[in-house]
Amino acid sequence: MPATDPADDRVVIQTQGLTKVYPGDLTAVDQLDLAVRQGEIFGLLGPNGAGKTTTVGMLTTRVIPTSGRAEVGGIDVVAHPTEAKQVIGVVSQTNTLDRSLNVWENLYYHGRYFGMSAKASRAAAAEHLERFRLADRAHADTATLSGGMAQRLMVARSILHRPQILFLDEPTAGLDPQSRIALWEILGELHAAGQTILLTTHYMEEAEQLSSRVAIMDHGRLLALDTPDALKASVEADTVVKVTTDGDAAALALHLERMEGVASVNVIDGTVNVNLKGTGRGVLPRVVEHADRGGFAISDLSMREPSLETVFISLTGKDLRD
Amino acid sequence: MTTTTLAQVRPSRQAATGAFVALLARDLAVLLKTIRAFLLRTIMQPLLFVFVFTYVFPKIGQRITGDFSTLIVPGVVAIAVIFQGIQAVALPLVQDFGYTREIEDRVMAPLPVWGVALEKMASGAVQGILAAAVVFPLAAFIPVSTVHLHVNWPILLTVVPLAAYLSAALGLFVGTRTAPQQVPLLFSVIVIPITFLGATYYPWGALKAIPWLKWAVLVNPLVYMSEGFRQALAPQRLHMNLAMIYLALIAYSALLTWAGLSGFRKRVLA
Ligand SMILES: Nc1ncnc2c1ncn2[C@@H]1O[C@H](COP(=O)(O)OP(=O)(O)O)[C@@H](O)[C@H]1O
Ligand SMILES: [Mg+2]
Repeated sequence: MPATDPADDRVVIQTQGLTKVYPGDLTAVDQLDLAVRQGEIFGLLGPNGAGKTTTVGMLTTRVIPTSGRAEVGGIDVVAHPTEAKQVIGVVSQTNTLDRSLNVWENLYYHGRYFGMSAKASRAAAAEHLERFRLADRAHADTATLSGGMAQRLMVARSILHRPQILFLDEPTAGLDPQSRIALWEILGELHAAGQTILLTTHYMEEAEQLSSRVAIMDHGRLLALDTPDALKASVEADTVVKVTTDGDAAALALHLERMEGVASVNVIDGTVNVNLKGTGRGVLPRVVEHADRGGFAISDLSMREPSLETVFISLTGKDLRD
Repeated sequence: MTTTTLAQVRPSRQAATGAFVALLARDLAVLLKTIRAFLLRTIMQPLLFVFVFTYVFPKIGQRITGDFSTLIVPGVVAIAVIFQGIQAVALPLVQDFGYTREIEDRVMAPLPVWGVALEKMASGAVQGILAAAVVFPLAAFIPVSTVHLHVNWPILLTVVPLAAYLSAALGLFVGTRTAPQQVPLLFSVIVIPITFLGATYYPWGALKAIPWLKWAVLVNPLVYMSEGFRQALAPQRLHMNLAMIYLALIAYSALLTWAGLSGFRKRVLA
């Protein structure tokens, strides 16, 4: 069990003041300090443009940092990129399968690039085709693969050389729900086998389901970093009630903020999000009654448990899909 | 799933050499897979050249001497080689950078970014050498009128690899600086002028009748390739000085390598 192994406290990804300023003075990543421990699934959660891909790019030697340090497996990625590349596996945001090679060859040559012997690479390719349920497509053109299969092949390829750390940049963006769940299962199995994983996503469910710890990013900055449960607890609410009114949403928000047990209120896209203490049946009638007393007509109402989305909203005042 | 044992980190030179060789093996495997397309694209133009200039022209009574055919063969080989630079290196790169981004996977192999670019050039050069080997017999033996070739092997065996490397470096340079939508323009603005003004259909010395052109075409690297092949295959014509040919081939190779590598780096790293 990875969780009980004392070696697992080893930090395998570390950044200090990591910063990237693109030409045109765009600060994509701003003074990022991260430490990821061996065996973790570490989630980097943030909306589009938050700087997730740039962060992964710097950690995987593809983006040259403007300042700061980054290490993977104890190797400085700027000073020693060739060594660093040997300890990482990368699944990038776009399909980078080798279209001139078939499915099996994509795995076989990958092993060869990383110094495996022909025999070892053949064996690893066969093993990974089985493991990722691609054996019957071994000789297929990569262009004929479905999105889910292509993604499985990318993951298979990325771990073929047994990297210490696996990076996945938005691995399920654009996948159908079934393929997404299949990929989550694969990542769960890799995690159980002790694989360290850094995953970026803008789906809060994904971060919540998979990650041991989540870093929330926006505008290149780290806003919060903790386990999903601790992050949700930081909102200090048990329930989120979404209220839509025909009237003035901002005024309703101000009004609801004064209700007893309310931790915070945000207005997102004209909907009032009320984070409050207490759960169960009594919650909605309380909100309706309080709104009624203020003279507000409610047109729609729903409640849910706080999620990482709630955390993001309370940190930034906007939702993840913005 | 079983717990994985992690790979050892190898010293960077060892890892890079291994990756370089493996990338080359991958390119050769792809070449073998597509060998028919390779032959077709390599043979078609020279075949038509040879057919028109050395078969059709004499038959229809165009005044073309055997010497003229001899002068054309080196140019035909030179064009075949420089085309490999465009087709084996530049066009795949344009596609990679423009749409597929699949180069990103090879860039993650454990070698420096310039090593990946160097490998692209090496594999392009191998294809250029193959093209010369395929086209040369074609151009030398198919013509109906006699082609008076006197092969100078030392020159041929040095000019072919140099020319093939130069073409691959040109391909890298062009490939890293061309957007997909500019490809048609690439042909009309670069490839066609290079081939027509590359001392391919006439020896460079014959341009003495048009002094300004004689000097202007010296910017064209193909001139030195054609003249080099001409020295190797049909000596005693109005040829360029051999030392100048070698010097120019080497200088252009170095310049284009430098420009190509820096272009590649800019496209791959942010
Ligand atoms: N190569 C680049 N050149 C200039 N700006 C870039 C480049 N890549 C990303 N950016 C900008 O940097 C910011 C962060 O982008 P990115 O790291 O891709 O975020 P994310 O992956 O979280 O969506 C965005 O504003 C994006 O437009
Ligand atoms: Mg991204």
